[in-house]
Amino acid sequence: MKNNKTKTQVSKKNSGRRGMERRDFFKLVGGGVVIFFLPRCAGDPVPVAEPGKRSLPKDYNAFLKIDEDGTVSCFTGKIEQGQGINMALVQMMAEELNVPMEKIKMVMGDTELCPWDGGTWGSLTVRQFGPNMRRAAAEARGVLLELASNKLKVPASQLVVNDGVISDPNNPGKTFTYGQLAKGKKIDKYLDVKPEPENYTKYTFVGKSFKRPDAGAKVTGKAKFTGDMRLPGMVYARIVRPKSLSGKLTSVDYSEAEKIEGVKVVRDGELVAVLHENLVVAGRALEKIKADYSYDEIGVDNKTIFESMLKADSTANVEESAGDNEAGFKLCDKVIETEIHDPFLAHAFIETHSALASFEGEKLTVWASSQTPYPLQDALASHFSMPLNKVRVIVPFVGGGFGGKSKNQQAMEAARIAKACGKPVMVIWTREEEFMYDNFHTAGVLKIKSGIDKSGLIKAWDYHSYFCGTRGAEIIYDMPNHSITSHGHKEGTPRVHILDTGPWRAPNNNTNTLGRELQIDRLAAAAKMDPVEFRLKNLKDQRVIDTLKAAVELFGYVPAKKYPSGRGIGVAVGTDVGTMVAEIAEIEVDMKTGKVKVIRIACAQDMGLCVNPHGATMQMEGCLTMALGYTFTEEIRFEGGNVIDRNYDTYELPRFSWVPKMETIILDRPDQPPHGGGEPAIIAVGAVICNAIFDATGARLYQMPFTPERVLEAMKKA
Amino acid sequence: MEETISFQLNGKQTELKIDPTQTLLWVLRNNLGFTGTKYGCGIGFCGSCIVLIDNEPVRSCSVTVGEVKGKSVVTIEGLSKNGELHPVQKAFVEHDALQCGFCTPGMIMNAAGLLIKNPSITRDEIISGMEDNLCRCGAHVHIIDAVESAAKEMKGGK
Repeated sequence: MKNNKTKTQVSKKNSGRRGMERRDFFKLVGGGVVIFFLPRCAGDPVPVAEPGKRSLPKDYNAFLKIDEDGTVSCFTGKIEQGQGINMALVQMMAEELNVPMEKIKMVMGDTELCPWDGGTWGSLTVRQFGPNMRRAAAEARGVLLELASNKLKVPASQLVVNDGVISDPNNPGKTFTYGQLAKGKKIDKYLDVKPEPENYTKYTFVGKSFKRPDAGAKVTGKAKFTGDMRLPGMVYARIVRPKSLSGKLTSVDYSEAEKIEGVKVVRDGELVAVLHENLVVAGRALEKIKADYSYDEIGVDNKTIFESMLKADSTANVEESAGDNEAGFKLCDKVIETEIHDPFLAHAFIETHSALASFEGEKLTVWASSQTPYPLQDALASHFSMPLNKVRVIVPFVGGGFGGKSKNQQAMEAARIAKACGKPVMVIWTREEEFMYDNFHTAGVLKIKSGIDKSGLIKAWDYHSYFCGTRGAEIIYDMPNHSITSHGHKEGTPRVHILDTGPWRAPNNNTNTLGRELQIDRLAAAAKMDPVEFRLKNLKDQRVIDTLKAAVELFGYVPAKKYPSGRGIGVAVGTDVGTMVAEIAEIEVDMKTGKVKVIRIACAQDMGLCVNPHGATMQMEGCLTMALGYTFTEEIRFEGGNVIDRNYDTYELPRFSWVPKMETIILDRPDQPPHGGGEPAIIAVGAVICNAIFDATGARLYQMPFTPERVLEAMKKA
Repeated sequence: MEETISFQLNGKQTELKIDPTQTLLWVLRNNLGFTGTKYGCGIGFCGSCIVLIDNEPVRSCSVTVGEVKGKSVVTIEGLSKNGELHPVQKAFVEHDALQCGFCTPGMIMNAAGLLIKNPSITRDEIISGMEDNLCRCGAHVHIIDAVESAAKEMKGGK
């Protein structure tokens, strides 16, 4: 705490971001003790903003407030989408402030109440935001102790805090609650400190398991998602869409639609929408609209896209390299080359994109199922040429995001239609629209060439990713000679991805972990070694080694006498933004049909400090379950710019009977910073199943997902 | 053409003038304000719109309001009795059988229907009975645990 540099007053520059003077700030939030803080460490480089976008602020982007009634509130632009940060953050604050958890209120994702935030993704909330929030809480505690010290006329160091009550052990009759101390105060401070590792031995709340705080609202139907909102005079909008993504509107005739009672059609450029106070009637009127489009010829489909990626004129960035691969290959006894194809995937959250927009006087309010309320606020303000403080975005409960609710197209549509018709407008995408206009997990190709020497050591590793980035491809094995090259879009060339792409839970790490771990497994087989032993022999990252050993113990893994062994057991390890995972799975393959059944999967995870083991375990299980989809069934088929899979009937999500016995373990690392756990366990499932299929059948699959047809085909080749 | 349709909704006699061909899901949400019943796919595949019709779990996106004339419809809002959560709801809270919570009402209504039909349901029967309800967050194991424990509680803890 002594390193904290605090400013006692909000400067004009700082308050200007919110377009608000200090007195206005307190008018809005009431009195109390307020600590402003950043989601990153002081001294870290401030990320450069993309043109036209706001950068991460230099001063603060969240604050914590002790109210006059003793309530502790944390105001943040982060949003809860099921991942459970609404509990983990509360635990961290309760810990630092020594207050009961019921006294803590999270105020999230409302641009009018909360400071700017870039968005909720990448397991960043606990990892980056958490430690700074805890520091802010410690700072608040310091301020309160100071206030109590002045009142009690004893040094702050002599005081103790218990459940939000400060007392002097030498004079136990006299106590002050946080609320009493904050009463009538307008204290605001800036936290500008690099968080240091702390002594994590005496935790009360952090590291303990807690259940979801919102389950009561969610099991009774009381939890309001965006589509459940209602405003007086509100109409539902259904949007006229082309058959294919490339369609450009050439003419539209909506005279028949408008004959239906109460139906209105509005047009804003290309955007044509049918409005009615009843969504079903709006949908029926939509069918009466005659719209013509011109379409671009799009020759690439879901089968040919991989070839087009390899042929495309692309950039090549060497992202990591060491030693000399050419010299390394000369030392190799066996060299293996692998090419992997990974298709587009839909986010397929059950809540489709929804938004409600309402103009009132000069003010626009938008409720949206969104992971990025502030970038949405920016986009709306810029589109309508409105000042930021006249645009409010509120994120109610979100029915799943997984990275897919970051682009906010539906909210822009709702606002444009609301402007055009002068009424509050609700847009709820149909499932068919969702499968067309969602952004998709990036399809990609990997080409890997590597080799081992006679002793089974990896001497060369040449890794190329095409149009799918390199997240997760980091060097965790001892590879003295290696290079990792990312091939991407070259300016001025046609776009290779026909569909819109975006982050999908642990973006592209599934692809890269499959690539590396499949290749490692092929090397193990070439070395005639057990795949766990081969990995332990070649791994260099100690955290990965420890995590793999934990998985081995959890699974009760016995080394194979030969590989493939016929047992149907696979192993894979991986790393995702600082968290390490190791998975071992046992499967059964129906040799006649090619259908794979996962019997059990053991997953070990080193996520540093784990704030809520129960919540983290649920995230691990959720990842393992969700991953069964991309492993076995999920693949977006498209042709001529038209998505073929438009609903759950042909795009199959994991079901109850697919779920294997899952065993999880989180390595006890209370002395390490938290790395987050919303995504990591999903990354290695494709690889672990791929390797288990090889162990069961001797067949290697190189294309996701592993459908029965592909398994049978690979078995024929094996 | 509009006609007057009456049915029991969450134990109360309800009457409305409406085009009987409208889907029950949207009548519940639009006209009656029961937004706990969710739209997920519109083709009866995901199960998030399940309600009980005469104690049968039915996908409300795939029936019309005309079809429930004279019947009894229970939505997630009507499942608790006298402020007391239904055993399935209670078990979902206890087992943290949800994450984002969007599929939850449909899951609970389907499970409640399964337990009415088969109070002695086994774990395997629960899995096959819940098979056609989709959850994207991956809360499946907790959901099965919750339904199993609710079944036990409803049988008197046996």
